[in-house]
Amino acid sequence: MSLNTIMVFAEGDESGPTTLTLELIRAARGVAANVEAFVLDDGSSMAESLGDHGVSKIHAMGGAEGKLVGAHAAALMADLVVSNLPDAVFFGQTPDGRDTAARLSVRLDQPVITNNVGVTVEDGVLVLEEPVFGGTQNIFTAFRNDGASLALFRPKSFEAESIGGAIAEVSVLEGADPGNSGTAIVTGRVIEERSGPQLDSAAVVVSGGRGLGQPEAYELVDELAGLLNAASGASRAIVDAGWVPYSKQVGQTGKVVKPSLYFACGISGATQHLVGMKGSKVIIAINKDPEAPIFSVADLGIVGDVHKVMPALIETLKAT
Amino acid sequence: MKVVVCVKQIPDPALPGELDPTTNLLKRDGKLILDESDSYGVEMALQLVEAAGGGEVSLVSMAPNNEMSGLRTALAMGADDAILVSDENLAGTDALGTAKVLAAAIGRLSPDLILAGVESSDGYTGTVPEMIAGVLDLPSVTFAKQISIDGDTVKAQRQTEAGYDDIECKLPVLLSVTAGVVEPRYPSFKGIMAAKKKPVEALDLQALGIESNTVGVVGARQETIRVTEAEERESGEIIEDDGDAHQRIAEFLGELKVV
Ligand SMILES: Cc1cc2nc3c(=O)[nH]c(=O)nc-3n(C[C@H](O)[C@H](O)[C@H](O)COP(=O)(O)OP(=O)(O)OC[C@H]3O[C@@H](n4cnc5c(N)ncnc54)[C@H](O)[C@@H]3O)c2cc1C
Repeated sequence: MSLNTIMVFAEGDESGPTTLTLELIRAARGVAANVEAFVLDDGSSMAESLGDHGVSKIHAMGGAEGKLVGAHAAALMADLVVSNLPDAVFFGQTPDGRDTAARLSVRLDQPVITNNVGVTVEDGVLVLEEPVFGGTQNIFTAFRNDGASLALFRPKSFEAESIGGAIAEVSVLEGADPGNSGTAIVTGRVIEERSGPQLDSAAVVVSGGRGLGQPEAYELVDELAGLLNAASGASRAIVDAGWVPYSKQVGQTGKVVKPSLYFACGISGATQHLVGMKGSKVIIAINKDPEAPIFSVADLGIVGDVHKVMPALIETLKAT
Repeated sequence: MKVVVCVKQIPDPALPGELDPTTNLLKRDGKLILDESDSYGVEMALQLVEAAGGGEVSLVSMAPNNEMSGLRTALAMGADDAILVSDENLAGTDALGTAKVLAAAIGRLSPDLILAGVESSDGYTGTVPEMIAGVLDLPSVTFAKQISIDGDTVKAQRQTEAGYDDIECKLPVLLSVTAGVVEPRYPSFKGIMAAKKKPVEALDLQALGIESNTVGVVGARQETIRVTEAEERESGEIIEDDGDAHQRIAEFLGELKVV
């Protein structure tokens, strides 16, 4: 038995919806007959792509116009959810997705379930799957509320699927004002490093951790990544230490990656790192500690010193 | 300036976590410690108050059994006082319920600034701070990695997927602080001794005027219906480097057709 309507909080820019948005639509289609979307502009830029993936209707919220998204979007969404009564609203686990879900939760007085990677309907209610303890166990949680259920999903939990749907109908949402809660303004936007293969889409990812010893040694990671046409990533330890920007962090509080090949260099394999890369097809790890937990998920594990193995590998790859 | 910092006391993350087999909730009956994620908020508050030339840092925490060892750590770092909310009806409270409780406690203090960690280390929903702002109808800046105060305005950098945004907002405002933004100080011996005498006000739900059915398991309106073991990833070939491991990697990359 499936639900009637699920609404998806869509994110994206002029170039279209994010992959995560399309994954949410896929998840929603699996459990509901009708999927609609909230979009943060006039709706025209995504009507085709969202329609193609199965969205019947877009609720256009206009741009946040220099305000933070969460308070603005939640105010508009709350009124529509109250009048249209969807079974659920799905969000991607992004900064704006979390903010919006949290604000909406307060406005509607409805619970939010976070960190989900799966969804089913059992006995007519939504059941969500969340990995815990570094992905060693999965908890399944059923909503027991009346009204719209709110759920946040981790990236790469579903496979986006184009189904050749018609262009989505656009309806403009107006009226609600976030009031005092919406008074934080964005005065500038800084984009860090967007050239080369991107972490969340690259086929190969090379990541470095504290085992590199010092910030300069991250060059080994960059060099190896360059040779493999890979994106470079990092553990949180070296992001916190300021060696590399946060946009490179892989893991629970960073990016989720599922490349064909993940290369972990000097990374211990803490559970919070593993949840961000365990879905990789093949994992290679270099670590000098034979007991390092990263080896329990590695297809090829090298017990060795990154300062010896990486330069030698780089030379070998250059020579071929 | 008056700053409130939300701090969570959690089971030591170095010990393996465990679910209670009857309730499927995370076990929290052992000793609790200050969540490292929150030590950044405490440090940031202390630095902002110092930069402002004075003020007060108050802590707010919700914990079972009047547990306050984590609070004492934050007081030893230099916070002035604390409110601790404990009530047996709070077991099983979800993110929204937690936000209702913390907001009610914060509301008693009328702060200029509220700080919290982006997400706790044990529950990591990452929604509680924004919900607190929602309950109090305040503006917020989540994922803040740099904060400064200029008169009645907060300036912050908010981390985004691709970089960061510069944000400005008038006080009062809530900010959630990312890990690693400041170096949390170690409590000094003097600080530890002083913390033992700092005031901790213990409150229950009734004192906060919160109906017990809006929080706890009942208020959470969700139920863990099963827990399964995830499929284990098999580990493969592990070799010791004797100077030629790089060749094995190159070969392996060749087999994968990566090079
Ligand atoms: C709430 C929360 C969220 C978190 N989120 C994340 C997250 O998103 N991503 C993340 O990565 N972490 C996250 N963490 C942190 C995580 O717990 C670990 O602390 C972190 O992943 C460790 O990084 P590391 O492996 O680089 O460092 P370490 O754990 O210090 O490991 C370094 C490794 O390098 C090895 N080594 C040392 N020298 C050499 C050498 N010369 N050659 C080869 N190997 C060497 C060591 O044997 C060791 O295994 C989070 C933690 C918390 C509490």
